[in-house]
Amino acid sequence: MSVETSIDAIFLEKKTKERRPRSRLLMILVAFLAILRRDLVVTGREFIPFLIQVLLQPLFFLFIFGKVLPSIGAAQQSYASLLLPGIVGLTVVTTALQGVTLPLVLDLGFGREIDDRLLAPLPVSLVALEKILFAALRGLVAGAIIFPLAYWVLGSSYSVRADAIGVIIGIMVLTALAGATLGLTIGTLVKPEQIGLMFALIFTPLIFTGCTYYPWSQLDGIRWFQVITLFNPLTYACEGLRYAMVPPVHGYTLPTLGIGWVLLGLGVTFVAFLFLGIYTFRRAVVS
Amino acid sequence: MRTEETEELAIEVRDLVKCYPHSKVNAVDGISFSVRRGEIFGLLGPNGAGKTTTIGILTTSVLPTSGTVQIMGVDVVRDPIGVKQRISVVPQRSNLDQSLRAREILTFHAAYHGVPRAEREARAEALLKELGLEGRGREKIRRYSGGMAQRLMLARALMHSPDVLFLDEPTNSLDPQSRLFLWDRIRAMHERGVTILLTTHDMEEAEQLCERIAIMDHGHILVLDTPDNLKKLVPGGTRLELRLRLPQTAMASHNGDGAPSPDGLRALLEQLPGSPRIEELPAEDGQENHGTRSFRLYGEEAGELAVEAMRVVSTSGAELRDLHVARPSLEDVFIYLTGRNLRS
Repeated sequence: MSVETSIDAIFLEKKTKERRPRSRLLMILVAFLAILRRDLVVTGREFIPFLIQVLLQPLFFLFIFGKVLPSIGAAQQSYASLLLPGIVGLTVVTTALQGVTLPLVLDLGFGREIDDRLLAPLPVSLVALEKILFAALRGLVAGAIIFPLAYWVLGSSYSVRADAIGVIIGIMVLTALAGATLGLTIGTLVKPEQIGLMFALIFTPLIFTGCTYYPWSQLDGIRWFQVITLFNPLTYACEGLRYAMVPPVHGYTLPTLGIGWVLLGLGVTFVAFLFLGIYTFRRAVVS
Repeated sequence: MRTEETEELAIEVRDLVKCYPHSKVNAVDGISFSVRRGEIFGLLGPNGAGKTTTIGILTTSVLPTSGTVQIMGVDVVRDPIGVKQRISVVPQRSNLDQSLRAREILTFHAAYHGVPRAEREARAEALLKELGLEGRGREKIRRYSGGMAQRLMLARALMHSPDVLFLDEPTNSLDPQSRLFLWDRIRAMHERGVTILLTTHDMEEAEQLCERIAIMDHGHILVLDTPDNLKKLVPGGTRLELRLRLPQTAMASHNGDGAPSPDGLRALLEQLPGSPRIEELPAEDGQENHGTRSFRLYGEEAGELAVEAMRVVSTSGAELRDLHVARPSLEDVFIYLTGRNLRS
């Protein structure tokens, strides 16, 4: 009896009040924030698995390349400080990118869990934008945690410039956004059965041609490869972070890509894939 | 400027065409219909008839190639957000959010639609109860059965009190009990004044629920009327089904002495008074029919036809196994209109 009444009330209320004449902009904002809140709730609930997933690989890289190799004489002690910006850049990009790509490929292919959000009263491009923002946020969180992790793993080899924190944060934000828009584009174009191929054809070259493990300026001797790395957005992220993170040693400053080129590379990647990704997303969800 | 008439309509579809890229045929090929506010309207047709594409266009997930659609007076192409505010969709296959608990699926849906917190909690409570999911709200939906998932999707659809509810094959692949339960809930929504458009290839479902039905095939609407009027389309108000066992000799020699072959028997039946239209039904579920044949006769006077048919059968030496007189169903309407069975 009471149930019937309350359900009837839902529909009765509508008839009497009609639609509250709310501003459309407010309605869209409310929907957008609710979708963002949904992602926060879901990620918050699986935060530990999330951390393990994104941090285990950088942890091993830092340990093997930053600690073990210098200890056995296979690399210089100073290599760790070159490596750390690369690992931060790589973690931010891959976390942001995969935070969109994998769920989106599966969702568009099988689950269609996204449908409920696509039917919410907001433009579908804002559903895509929310994914970008949230994935970028995940990338930033993962990237930030690399610093204490590296401090713990590298010990005395840990050295980061303390006078350019603003630049570090700025580059990380731009890197996360660029990675997420790239992920959106890939996620809307790849079909579920192509996931294996995607790892081989996209992720592997992305990781190894992105100046993660080597500074760009020292590639002079392999000119053709130096040119190839410029087509990888990760290069700009890693070089930018090297610029802002590696302290001068005995008055010697590590040469990096100019900060202007870094901002241009990341900015162009972000804007280009933002538009492309939203276009391909719209095509994937509205046929 | 809206006319008085369109004010009354929940859905208005005009000359709607959808041609998917790289396809030579139109999935929806120039359909027009309208649904009054508070009506339950059915789109009936076989798989591939264009029903799901039509729902897709009406619910903003498919763009029409040409034609117009208005939902509660709002154009689906010009103002998809305005349409999304007023509608709900229950899809064929579960698209429930696997990362959330059942109750959260409801409350987040309402949050997307701007329902205030206290209100959405109360509605979730009421709808879980109404749909027989009380006490299951904290579960992850991986543990849900097909019937429960379907009910939860209906609950979700009602959370923001839509004006128009779209149900795409709502009870497809459900067990009979869940089906009846869902039908019951759909009728209850109807009584509360919600406009409902449902697609189905289930005749019984269409007959049970719909006030008007459009029968679709190959992207066209073949007919649109009330179930009762649709049934009147079939010439010969009644249908007679005969199941016969032919004499063994007929099976052995096919054209033996006097005993009719299956074709001969069919010819005899065709000569009955009123020359009824005759169809032979295929053997059930691929089993060998072991000399058993089934025929369907359409005629004006079922009683007379039955008597005459029995006479023909008994003089032919065949054995009558079953005789069934039925009023035509929507399935007969479909077969009459297309010459094909709905499930084929």
